[in-house]
Amino acid sequence: MTTTTPVTTQEPAAKGRRRARLSEGARAERRLGWLLCAPAVIVMIAVTAYPIGYAVFLSFERYIMSAPQLTKFVGFSNYGAILTSPFWWRALWVTIVITAVSVSIEFVLGMLVALLMYRTIWGRGAVRTTLLIPYGIVTVAAAFSWLYAWTPSTGYLSAAFGNAAPLVSQWQAIGVIILAEIWKTTPFMALLLMAGLSLVPEDLLKAAKVDGASAWQRFIRVMLPLMKPAILVALLFRTLDAFRIFDNIFILTSGNNGTGSVSILTYDNLFTALNLGLGSALSVLILICVAIIAVVFIKIFGTAAPGTDLRR
Amino acid sequence: MAATARQRTGWTTANIVAIVLALIPVVWILSLSFKTPGSITDPTFFPTHWTWSNYSGILTSSTFLRPLLNSIGIGLISTLIAVALASMAAYAVARLTFPGKQVLIGVSLLIAMFPPIALATPLFNIERVLGLFNSWPGLIIPYVATGLPLGIYTLSAFFREIPWELEKAAKVDGATPAQAFLRVIAPLAAPGMVTTAILVFLFCWNEFLLAITLTATTTARTAPAAMAFFTGNSQFAVPTGSISAAAVIITIPIIIFVLFFQRRIVAGLTAGAVKG
Repeated sequence: MTTTTPVTTQEPAAKGRRRARLSEGARAERRLGWLLCAPAVIVMIAVTAYPIGYAVFLSFERYIMSAPQLTKFVGFSNYGAILTSPFWWRALWVTIVITAVSVSIEFVLGMLVALLMYRTIWGRGAVRTTLLIPYGIVTVAAAFSWLYAWTPSTGYLSAAFGNAAPLVSQWQAIGVIILAEIWKTTPFMALLLMAGLSLVPEDLLKAAKVDGASAWQRFIRVMLPLMKPAILVALLFRTLDAFRIFDNIFILTSGNNGTGSVSILTYDNLFTALNLGLGSALSVLILICVAIIAVVFIKIFGTAAPGTDLRR
Repeated sequence: MAATARQRTGWTTANIVAIVLALIPVVWILSLSFKTPGSITDPTFFPTHWTWSNYSGILTSSTFLRPLLNSIGIGLISTLIAVALASMAAYAVARLTFPGKQVLIGVSLLIAMFPPIALATPLFNIERVLGLFNSWPGLIIPYVATGLPLGIYTLSAFFREIPWELEKAAKVDGATPAQAFLRVIAPLAAPGMVTTAILVFLFCWNEFLLAITLTATTTARTAPAAMAFFTGNSQFAVPTGSISAAAVIITIPIIIFVLFFQRRIVAGLTAGAVKG
């Protein structure tokens, strides 16, 4: 902290004495800023950065809880074991399918619901309040509702489809998982998109209407481009959220019949194989996947990283 | 907007469809929770024989009451700590200039998007070593850490909207700094903090993965985690009724929040995400 901060350059004509005093104030402000952020930063580092570092370390070890005496450094062999295992690739594929399908359907439905909430006059409050229930409900509670609805001889949905048992067949079960996911998170998507809709100036829509644009053209040519930032943030949030899917699968199928996501695979590895080395390597690989998704969104789609708007 | 009668009917129908779709799974689990053990295997949507026994069953057994207490306690304590720490950081982000601010925001966003499973394995081992495994602090600490980004993000969006000049005006009018803060700024900041507290509490109430990974018994296991491991009275009895009743009970606080704080929750969810 020997250099003067550039913060004070807003008054280029200031005299030396005044500049010194300002930078004194700026320094105090810095100190206060750091002081106020310190507790939050310390907690976040202690609970996330440190465990991640530890996971990276463990991922190079052979560390099985039931046989701790065999613990030793094994280099990349945990990663090798995972990347050559069909279980990893199947779990990754299942996760990608669930993420891609549910986020696309949610986007379409969410847009419809957002337009509904935005345009409707009667019952707007009722719709908003009701939609917050799927958003707020405990995922596990909702997952049980879906589980029992599709359980033969208990569920109304199973009965409606001729005593169907979709949860024991791989792709049908994935369909049910996606359905549960869509029901739970469409409201979140809709609320974010609705906030985006409120950024579209009413005058512009009127002008387009006067110019003879149809409702569809107004939506595609006027609303969508103006909503792009909101849309990309909503998609980024939901994609990363869907990629870590765990609760719904755990309750609906426990990952049986090839329906496990990468999170389920990691959990099973921890609690059935008790293999901390492999589990840590899986954690690191999942983090890499999440980083790839984030980078793709930010670089290719040009999402402003949410939060950069906090810059003043 | 001049809506024709046909348009109005269209919107009304769409509204009703949305409301019904959003409610069906909730009504279904409610209905299941009132079915008698004999009629639970009868797939009618509404119960034909009603009973309270599922509720009296779980509310008199420590296998659910203790986890419910854990959920409330862990949720409230985590929320209080997270909102307190997040308010300090958010105040700094919203009002002060200091290097590292962007890093703070970037890091907290990273953490917000973090898959909790990536933390589960290392935290499990760390907590075993530190003796935090299967204890309240063992869940509170990770909940505070994962709730903080949400808190900082939402609160700094709210804090930026506060007209801070009022504080100066109050001081000019002769208020002490403490008075200016307590009488002018605190009431303006309170709504944002309440909203943030609701969102963080909902997050803790909902959390499942860490709750089953970092606990083993009802000492610290929260309600969603406990109900996932409910067993029937005998190994042949499926605990459908008890699980449904438990699901309804943990949904009640959410319905209350939604009914009373609908506007706040919407404002909080969209606060940081779409501005600018």
